[in-house]
Amino acid sequence: MAAGNRPLSPHLQIYKPQITSVLSILHRISGVILSVGILVLVYWLAAAAGGAESYDTATAVLGSLFGRVLLFGWTLAFFYHLLNGIRHIVWDTGHGFEISQVERSGWMVVILAGLLTLVFWVVVLAGGGG
Amino acid sequence: MSLRSPLSRVMGLGAAGDGPAHWWAQRVSAIGLVLLGIWFAVSLLGLDLGDRSQVVEWISTPLNSVLLILLVATASFHSHLGVRVVIEDYSRGWSKVAGLVAVQFVHVVAAGIGVVAVLRLALGG
Repeated sequence: MAAGNRPLSPHLQIYKPQITSVLSILHRISGVILSVGILVLVYWLAAAAGGAESYDTATAVLGSLFGRVLLFGWTLAFFYHLLNGIRHIVWDTGHGFEISQVERSGWMVVILAGLLTLVFWVVVLAGGGG
Repeated sequence: MSLRSPLSRVMGLGAAGDGPAHWWAQRVSAIGLVLLGIWFAVSLLGLDLGDRSQVVEWISTPLNSVLLILLVATASFHSHLGVRVVIEDYSRGWSKVAGLVAVQFVHVVAAGIGVVAVLRLALGG
């Protein structure tokens, strides 16, 4: 199809970001991040099965500052995707579609995901694990 | 007024010819992952992850072995369904085909390694 000189419809970047659209794309982004996280989970399990030496390497890599920053990101992606996934399943039952409800559930997901991530890491760091 | 044929309507497959199976699989695996994910997150908090013997003991407890295998398998399956749609949305032609095949391979291999790792610890390998 030749576009020629016909005017194009307004593209994504001219729209003001809204809680609804931002959370929608974040669900996809966090999902892709978690897909990579599966590889980390599998690496951790394989390292544990491989023996003391490989497990020490894994804890050194994952427990480093850089590793912990990444794990923090994965924790946030995990809680966000989990909570927003529940929001999606509620929508699938036909409930919560009013704009006010969509915005409120969106903010609830954001706040809860942040809170759970913080609580999780406070417990991890207080326990000296990681 | 619907322009769809009675056969098309009764099959309920829409214009793409398929889709409901993917839709359902994504939701059902999502519900499983809500439960498995919460269990895994809470379990991690109770472990000293730097202590391999403690981690191995936890993994090789029968209930934990079963749930970990379910977690790896269900997460890989759900992840494959999701990444598949991302690739279908953003790429075309050969890169789409190659991407879909590669993503399928990576997920199957990851799930395989994860399951074998858990089994090896569970069966005392």
